Amino acid sequence: MADPDLNDVVPSRTGRLAKQVGGTVFTLLITFIGLLAVTFFISRVVPTDPVMSILGERATQAQIDATRTALGLDRPMWEQFGIYVWNALQGDLGTSIRSKEPVIDEIARYFPATLELATIATIIGMLVGVPAGILAATKPGSLFDQVVRLVGLMGYSMPVFWLGLMGLLIFYGQLGWVGGPGRLDAAFDMMMQFEVEAYTGMILIDTALNGRWDIFQNALSHIVLPAALLGYLSMAYISRMTRSFMMNELGQEYITTARVKGMPEGRVIWVHALKNVMVPLITVVALSYSFLLEGAVLTETIFAWPGLGRYITDALLVADMPAVLGGTIVVGAVYIGINMFSDLLYRLVDPRAK
Amino acid sequence: MTYLPFARHAGAAGLAALLLGAAPLALFAETPADTLVIANAIDDIVSLDPGEAYEFSGLDLINNVYDGLVEINPTTLEMEPGLAESWSVAEDGMTYTFKMKAGITFSSGNPVTAEAAAWSLQRAVKINKTPAFILNQFGWTAENVDTMIVGAGDTLTLKVDKPYAPTFLYNCLTAGVASIVDAEVLKTHDVDGDMGGVWLNSNSAGTGAYVLKSYKPNEGYILEARPGYWRGDAKLAKIFMMHVPEAATERLQLEKGDIDIARTLTPVEIEGMAANADVKIQQDVGGQIYYLSFNQKNENYKNAKFLDAMRWAVDYQGMADTIMKGTVIPHQSFLPQGYLGALTDLPYSLDVEKAKALLAESGIAAPTVKLSVRNSADRMDVAQSIQNTFGQAGITVELDVGEGADQLKTYRARQHDATLQTWGPDYPDPNTNSSTFAENPDNSDEANNTGYLAWRNAYDPGEMTAQSQAAVLERDPAKRIEMYAALQTKHRETSPFIVMFQQARNTGVRANVQNFYTGGAVDAAAYWLVTK
Repeated sequence: MADPDLNDVVPSRTGRLAKQVGGTVFTLLITFIGLLAVTFFISRVVPTDPVMSILGERATQAQIDATRTALGLDRPMWEQFGIYVWNALQGDLGTSIRSKEPVIDEIARYFPATLELATIATIIGMLVGVPAGILAATKPGSLFDQVVRLVGLMGYSMPVFWLGLMGLLIFYGQLGWVGGPGRLDAAFDMMMQFEVEAYTGMILIDTALNGRWDIFQNALSHIVLPAALLGYLSMAYISRMTRSFMMNELGQEYITTARVKGMPEGRVIWVHALKNVMVPLITVVALSYSFLLEGAVLTETIFAWPGLGRYITDALLVADMPAVLGGTIVVGAVYIGINMFSDLLYRLVDPRAK
Repeated sequence: MTYLPFARHAGAAGLAALLLGAAPLALFAETPADTLVIANAIDDIVSLDPGEAYEFSGLDLINNVYDGLVEINPTTLEMEPGLAESWSVAEDGMTYTFKMKAGITFSSGNPVTAEAAAWSLQRAVKINKTPAFILNQFGWTAENVDTMIVGAGDTLTLKVDKPYAPTFLYNCLTAGVASIVDAEVLKTHDVDGDMGGVWLNSNSAGTGAYVLKSYKPNEGYILEARPGYWRGDAKLAKIFMMHVPEAATERLQLEKGDIDIARTLTPVEIEGMAANADVKIQQDVGGQIYYLSFNQKNENYKNAKFLDAMRWAVDYQGMADTIMKGTVIPHQSFLPQGYLGALTDLPYSLDVEKAKALLAESGIAAPTVKLSVRNSADRMDVAQSIQNTFGQAGITVELDVGEGADQLKTYRARQHDATLQTWGPDYPDPNTNSSTFAENPDNSDEANNTGYLAWRNAYDPGEMTAQSQAAVLERDPAKRIEMYAALQTKHRETSPFIVMFQQARNTGVRANVQNFYTGGAVDAAAYWLVTK
């Protein structure tokens, strides 16, 4: 039986967990409110007037005043912020000034498009970037290493805008291998809207769940190119990082020991070294994934992709603050979520982190 | 065993599989035979309620889903009866009587009645959104509109506050805000007194050739034809509008045949497609005009010689031929081509020596113009050309580049020095531009008459205000044309406005697409006549 006094000092297992969860929730809340406060007050410093952007050039003063009152913009800034946070805590992100739709509905429509694109892009980036980086590290200075570096450098430095247009021109315009801009062809888009039950907003998943493989295939043909483009950018980053982690690892004594003991080179690299590179790699992939989940504005513009990046940017341009703030919350949540997920993965791959 | 070969191929194989899996279907992509697929930048849409819609893309939709009492024929751009069969005006010019056509129904099946027509106009006045001013001009207010506009049986009676030129009223009734809506349906969708406004953003309640099937802001909309349209059934069953903000993307889609019509093409794309036999370019003019204006709070801009010097220091033709190629035509009066009484002559051209001489005569030494420009590529190009030619004439131009809505705010508060702006007419009557460019009933700051461009530039047009007000009351059309001609001439010679261009439109259409009309300077696009 435990000593009652000792019980006070060392909290029980459940107590510790509760404290941890409580701490996490508290940190999350503070992070979110901080994030909102920064976005909110920056937006109010920007001189764009949302009322002007909806009413346009011909509006009379009376109409402007009425709209300002209706949107609550005539109240003190602190009050506006307070009301916003209070509503947000209850799950109400407000109504978009421009479209007059609830922000939550709009995000529910835009975010899955980005999620779908970013996920495929990250898978491509990872599948190509990690092996390329490892191979480059095993033969530094070789032709393969040079090629990987050059390709990576191009991914870093070429304007996405240009790459996207060239990709469209070649693979869509000339070769006809992939579908064009947008998530679907017009005909399939109409089928998607009127014949398919949407569960997730991600077309590939929804059509698969509905067994509509015709639409699935069309959606795939549309997502391949933008996903490959973003995958390329993420590959450039992942392969560079993998190479440098791997180089570092291969210089360690335990690798030399393994080699001396006659272990096959493949096993040395792909099992022993890779295991240890895994932890920093998870961080790199997670960072690259969360970056893509913010939405890639230029890619979304060229590919007429109705994603989160374009949503937030368009909203910013007309000072549609409820939309901007709603989008910010989602991006913040994504960052925090992915960070927590990668923490979890650390524990799985690294026994020391348990 | 080694792991290397597998790893080397895994990524490439995955990518190839994705590409190959997608390939077969992409090859056969084409637009469905019964659907017109249009790509356009439609992020200007604020509302699909005809009482509120006031942007180009929104009005295009409204034109195909709703009708007014009076309509504009899309092919001739002439006025013709819409939901009203005939109309007349009383001797005193204060009472109009419209006889409604029989047998027309809304998409709900409800009949179109004079009561519904009256309710529609009353509604637009009462909800008082941006375009309401088009109707308010006739003295209609939320308080009096129920007695000024009365519908009974097949007769609609409109009372106005002054004996206006009848064409003025008829022209205004062709605007989107005067669309007739299904009163019975909208009454059941009222939220907080919006008379169905929110509901109309995802539904329609009109008499048009199409009904709204779906609308997703910044993504697109789908319209579906309804049988029995009073002007003849739509030729194509569906309209699929896709929001494509990037012109180069639109071009690819058009050449590929994934869209039938591209509406946001720039001169670069037009030129690039010249050799493609699958695509044709339709050219016409839009109603927008490009102008420079100078705030007369700066005394320099009251100097007639200085204003004249600037008029001769703009390279109208050069800009239209190079940086603005295909998107504008030179135009130098406040009424756009296509409007009653519009002047299309071009008295001014670039003449640096003349400008220099006029500047010397003005007595203003080394003037500096602070020109506000919105941060878009074409505006910047124009501003830089002006900076260059003004510079040659001895006038320094400082560019003040900023975001559009922000600059508009400054302009409306008349805090700018000079500005490069565009203006699109509100309804197909000359009064729309004449009233704003040439009238300013009260030039004081307190008046806050932001609706008058003259006021925004602190410009008192003197007797022109009265002349323009008289023109809108002139019931003899020939005389009315003369009055507007005189106003335009005087305005361009004396006002602090320099009108430079009128918008030209380039629409890319697939070779098989016929009968797509954009509405020119006076109306919105018509989809229901299009065949392919």
